[in-house]
Amino acid sequence: MTSRSGTAAPWWLPVPAVLGGLFVVVPVLAMVGRVDWTSFVALVTAPSSLTALGLSLGTAAAATGIAFVLGLPLAVVFSRVRSRWVGVARAVVLLPLVLPPVVGGLALLAAFGRIGPVGGFLADHGVRIAFTTAAVVMAQTFVAMPFLVSAIEGSLRIGGDRLERIASTLGAGPTRVLFTVTIPRALPGIASGLVLCFARALGEFGATLTFAGSLEGVTRTLPLEIYLQREVDPDTAVALALVLVVVAVVVIGLTSIRTGARAAWS
Amino acid sequence: MRTKTIAAAVTAAVVAVVLAGCSTGSAGTGTGTAKDSSASASASAGPTGTITVFAAASLQKTFTELGSDYEDAHPGTTVKFSFAGSSDLVTQIQNGAPADVFASADEANMTKLTKADLISGSTPAFATNVLQIAVAPGNPKKITNLDDLTASGLQVVTCAAPVPCGAATEQVEQAAGVTLHPVSEEQSVTDVLGKVESGQADAGLVYVTDVKGAGDKVDGVSFDESKSAVNTYPIGVVRGSSNVALAKSFSAYVRSAEGEKVLTTAGFGAP
Repeated sequence: MTSRSGTAAPWWLPVPAVLGGLFVVVPVLAMVGRVDWTSFVALVTAPSSLTALGLSLGTAAAATGIAFVLGLPLAVVFSRVRSRWVGVARAVVLLPLVLPPVVGGLALLAAFGRIGPVGGFLADHGVRIAFTTAAVVMAQTFVAMPFLVSAIEGSLRIGGDRLERIASTLGAGPTRVLFTVTIPRALPGIASGLVLCFARALGEFGATLTFAGSLEGVTRTLPLEIYLQREVDPDTAVALALVLVVVAVVVIGLTSIRTGARAAWS
Repeated sequence: MRTKTIAAAVTAAVVAVVLAGCSTGSAGTGTGTAKDSSASASASAGPTGTITVFAAASLQKTFTELGSDYEDAHPGTTVKFSFAGSSDLVTQIQNGAPADVFASADEANMTKLTKADLISGSTPAFATNVLQIAVAPGNPKKITNLDDLTASGLQVVTCAAPVPCGAATEQVEQAAGVTLHPVSEEQSVTDVLGKVESGQADAGLVYVTDVKGAGDKVDGVSFDESKSAVNTYPIGVVRGSSNVALAKSFSAYVRSAEGEKVLTTAGFGAP
């Protein structure tokens, strides 16, 4: 960045920057140091571990898909519609970013629980959400969608709508403009939004525990399994935590390569 | 320029993830002071000063009350509390948390500390607790014993086997010759209670004291087999306590007649 713009960073800046980096790296490395490598493979490939990992990957992918289908339109509306109500709506939609996940779980319970307005209606028609995998996906979508919305909205705002206006003056309909101009130009934001959303969904704990419960193979995702194993066997908990770290690093690594290649970073 | 702002947005979002993670991590721990120290200049014969008691989450109500009573009876003392799951507290003490007294919800967790030589002196039992079936007020599903919980269509929630209440659940199942098929195996007894209170589940296995503590939000159904899984609560002074005299005095108070009265009112049994 600095080499491109030609301005040098203050000489003291690397000091807090290095401290900031260490603050994140040291705990993760310390945890890696605690892994009992002799039993690592056995612990990680235990049936309950694999079940939890599979459930986590599956539900996080489903939650990311739903968040994309619902979140992309939200992001387009937030970045293109000029109304003060949009500001209010944005604040509400982004609320899960600042809510403790447990509170998110309680809110979902209030709406979709058996005695909630939506959940009660569904229960009367024979549909049960609580204690199902669907509840896990809902909890993950609730907490993760704001990441996707804000990432895509940011990228749409930076791009501006000049090209879209040109496209419509050239005769393209709104839908065509959306699919041929707006979305392609927002692709970097969409990519990073998807990754953040997936990573957040993968790590979801509080809302899942509160809203979906915890049953092996149905609702017990990897973070819940880690929390449970920690009660009896910290070694397993650490080993599983490392798996989660590796998955997160791979996911984040994939995007930084992508966006790094697209952007003239250096 | 575009990427720069995206990078900033990504950074902000990552920070938010970390913050969200933090709030989850600390959600289970409650720290509270029964009463602020006021008159420390009082001339009392007993020990004075401040101690921190690490107590199991199920003791939150009773110990807060006991701490406040103790402070009233012993001017110049302050009893602070940190309430969390017993295994969380054990981990914290093992990692050097400044605890003076540890009150565990089961003997297994206390044993972890005595084996690590982190407790000085004995670890006497001060209370017992047994399981009860928590149901919606008025018991609409007419549940009278463990066997009723196997009825199809009934949403039953229990603790997961690795946590103490889950181990107790397995014991009573064996004693009754019943196999439950819970829709969820929760991490803590509070989570089980919460699922019943909110109406998500029809019934859950929790401790007698949890049912009592929930007031009129749930009803409790006792069952004979609960006798086969009696949970014993031990208390001990943590090695390295900065105020051993006060720590011992408070532990003795918990086991005194006054202490027993408070514990019994909350539904605990005598050791």
